[in-house]
Amino acid sequence: MQREPVVNDFAIRVATQNGSGSQSSNTVLLRALFQMGIPVSGKNLFPSNIAGLPTWYTIRLSRRGYVARKREVDLLVAMNPATVAEDVAALRPGAAVLYDAPLRPAAPPPGLVAYALPFDQLAAAACPEARLRKLVKNMCYVGALASLLGIELEEVERAVGRQFAEKARARELNLAAARAGFEGARAGLVKEDPFRVERMDGNRGKLLVDGNTAGAAGSLFGGVTVLAWYPITPSSSLAEALIGYLAEHRRAKDGKATYAVVQAEDELAAAGAVLGAGWAGARAMTATSGPGVSLMSEFAGLGYYAEIPAVIWDVQRAGPSTGLPTRTAQGDLLSTAFLSHGDTRQVLLLPGTAEECFELGWRAFDVAEALQTPVFVLSDLDLGMNVWTASPFAYPDGPIRRGKVLAKEDLDRLGGFARYGDVDGDGVGWRTLPGTPHPAAAYFTRGTGHDDRSAYSEDPGTFERNLARLSRKLDRARELLPAPLVEGAGAEVGIVACGSSHHAVVEARDQLREERGLETDYLRVRAWPFAGAVRDFVAAHRRVYVVDQNRDGQLAALLKLDLPEALVPRLRGAAHLDGLPLDARTVTELVLAQEDAP
Amino acid sequence: MSAQDQNRIGLTVLDYRGGKSTLCAGCGHNAISERIVEAMYELGIEPERVAKLSGIGCSSKSPAYFMSRSHAFNALHGRMPSVATGAVLANRRLLALGVSGDGDTASIGIGQFVHLVRRNLPVIYVVEDNGVYGLTKGQFSATADAGAKLRTGAVNPLPPIDLCALAIQLGASYVGRSFSGDKRQLAALLKGAVAHRGTAVLDVISPCVTFNDHAGSTKSYAWMKDHEQPLQELGFVPAYEDIAVEYAPGTALEVTLHDGSRLTLQKLEEEYDPRDRVRALARLAAPPRAGEVLTGLFFVDPAAPTLVDALELVDAPLATLPEEAVRPPPEALRKIVDELR
Repeated sequence: MQREPVVNDFAIRVATQNGSGSQSSNTVLLRALFQMGIPVSGKNLFPSNIAGLPTWYTIRLSRRGYVARKREVDLLVAMNPATVAEDVAALRPGAAVLYDAPLRPAAPPPGLVAYALPFDQLAAAACPEARLRKLVKNMCYVGALASLLGIELEEVERAVGRQFAEKARARELNLAAARAGFEGARAGLVKEDPFRVERMDGNRGKLLVDGNTAGAAGSLFGGVTVLAWYPITPSSSLAEALIGYLAEHRRAKDGKATYAVVQAEDELAAAGAVLGAGWAGARAMTATSGPGVSLMSEFAGLGYYAEIPAVIWDVQRAGPSTGLPTRTAQGDLLSTAFLSHGDTRQVLLLPGTAEECFELGWRAFDVAEALQTPVFVLSDLDLGMNVWTASPFAYPDGPIRRGKVLAKEDLDRLGGFARYGDVDGDGVGWRTLPGTPHPAAAYFTRGTGHDDRSAYSEDPGTFERNLARLSRKLDRARELLPAPLVEGAGAEVGIVACGSSHHAVVEARDQLREERGLETDYLRVRAWPFAGAVRDFVAAHRRVYVVDQNRDGQLAALLKLDLPEALVPRLRGAAHLDGLPLDARTVTELVLAQEDAP
Repeated sequence: MSAQDQNRIGLTVLDYRGGKSTLCAGCGHNAISERIVEAMYELGIEPERVAKLSGIGCSSKSPAYFMSRSHAFNALHGRMPSVATGAVLANRRLLALGVSGDGDTASIGIGQFVHLVRRNLPVIYVVEDNGVYGLTKGQFSATADAGAKLRTGAVNPLPPIDLCALAIQLGASYVGRSFSGDKRQLAALLKGAVAHRGTAVLDVISPCVTFNDHAGSTKSYAWMKDHEQPLQELGFVPAYEDIAVEYAPGTALEVTLHDGSRLTLQKLEEEYDPRDRVRALARLAAPPRAGEVLTGLFFVDPAAPTLVDALELVDAPLATLPEEAVRPPPEALRKIVDELR
């Protein structure tokens, strides 16, 4: 059956075992497609395990540049015996599957295009050393796909060269494996599926980057000087990338480091070191995930109340507790917004793209020092660990802003100061850094009740005034934080989302328009406390769908707290919570189910 | 000294005082605060260079009662070590003085204590050790001796954690125990700690007059007066004083500290050499003789590399490096971006 060709618009899923080296093959495949100018995104679905359990890598090619997960798989590469039955069962008629030959069922399900190649034999031909064959077997399917789909072999070779740039022997073996796969498919398979690729010009100037690397680069240009962290998936790669960047870019002329990295003993210690460093004047940060944020809770309250700048990345994963440690969610919004006990509100920054991971990565320090408070940057596993096509990062648009710091000369002039005095009416007091050589520089930082000179106080009025000032400070912060982004104008229906939901929403809006004629406007919040524009957006729309990647509508809940009561009924939840990256179809269905409800 | 006498940087002892103590009259912690004031005054340390750090508890309140011209951070229960770590890394020129208690250090904070010591962070870490929780009204802490009694008559069934032995084992480079009532010894140990570079752990028995100063307590004034067993007669000679100290051959030891100051140790136990980690541990592990509380300088290694050395930090404080030192130029971003293309 000959069908219309489907060009540059399908999803490939590769099913392997983790620990089998498939990450290199998948990266090569992704990069070869990217080099051909085809917009691509790669999503790794991996188990919390080192080796042997199933893992799936999905590459989406989208002519139109969509990068969210696509629910349907068009072309499966079946390499894992443990999952082949369920992987094939999930395919739709018209999809294609490339089996590792021994896995091919005697009677493939009807409606599928099935190919089989003996990858063991191909690998054996490419790799004379038996013990290395296992490592290159996966590269054979890259070559086979190149043959089946029309991926230019030169681009595969370029990508292999890059992947193994510093390992000549591995490069040779993998090149041979890719060629063996290519030749094997050309000789042994007859093309029956409609999927193919063509060179296009969709990636001019673009990068392939994961959000954690982008966040690390942003932190570097934010002038981070102290990183204290404790490993936790999915945030570790952010800290590790940053350590690499610091080592390369932040040595003084004499070879000494202009930064300090501490792998702490736990998240409590990481948060403590960040606050100690922030108090002493360093730009300090940590990267963690939900369970780590929980452990940082007490320090978060201290940082809020003692007013210490700090940057805390929370690359969210599906909770609670260990939950699904390698799956994505936006489930820490509420707990982080109010992290700690008593009257606490924390500033949240909400990057939605790799570019924003970079930008908010450096801006977070300016915000933290301007407000003298911890700033939480909430990313998630999908954004942080998956690979996105992104525009080149923009260098910071202004100098580093250290906020209100009094130096010795200021104290000479002023004579003294009140650490928590609201002299400027913005709720933010002036601070001095420890070590400032002036008799009036010192103050006593504490979590206990204190007056505006930071002297211990249990006076009810003093305590209340202090809390009121902190509240005022955060209210004033609304317009200092990254503004929400608004698209569309004048539709009746609005959509509000944050973070990595962005990519699915962009595509869902097109689906709603093209499939149902439903126009929507879209607002993406990028910080909490919310700017006034968020309220205006809700006021301007009859129905507002709030996209959440958690069960209980945490973004919607934050909005409800912020809105006048009359506007609250306009909000409608659209929550996705299965641990997989959000896809456009889910958003479209969640919206339509409510639009169509009587 | 009189209140008007100026030290070598022109300050009087009043410049080293703090707020009025709200601890109980007679609390050992107040005596420790006094010794800190004296040591810093006599050594002529700029108060602005000192960062006082503490956790939670009676002991951790005490930084409010000395050196008001020094920045202070009263952190969380047991979490002072991590805050101190961040502060020292942010500004390596600070003289960090951590004040903690036995509950703060040996129970809730033992994890952070252990790792601070392991990193040999440059900090003076004073444990004001009274064997009980004061602010919660007198429960045993993890340094209380087995068999010790609470005021209520409750007997502690568990052995204590020896913070000094733990610290030596983990790599602290200056470790001693003292008694808040032993002015000379404590003053010498504190001055030595100021001159030392690395983690200086001082476990100071500091009787709690309200909850742990009765018969049956092993951390009372009376018990300590009867059972303190000093290892050495300690003296301290600051780097700026060129004084020759003479002892009969073989009876004393001199240890030169990081800043050139010297500790003089007139031996009371013939064999003891505080530069020998293994023997220090063996001596602390030996069963106490007749309930003795061994005090003195147990271990010192003036040359041990610190966390600041390990991280190869620039000499200037990280906290105040100029923008050009901490934000790489646009070429660096171009390189990073090119690597991702």
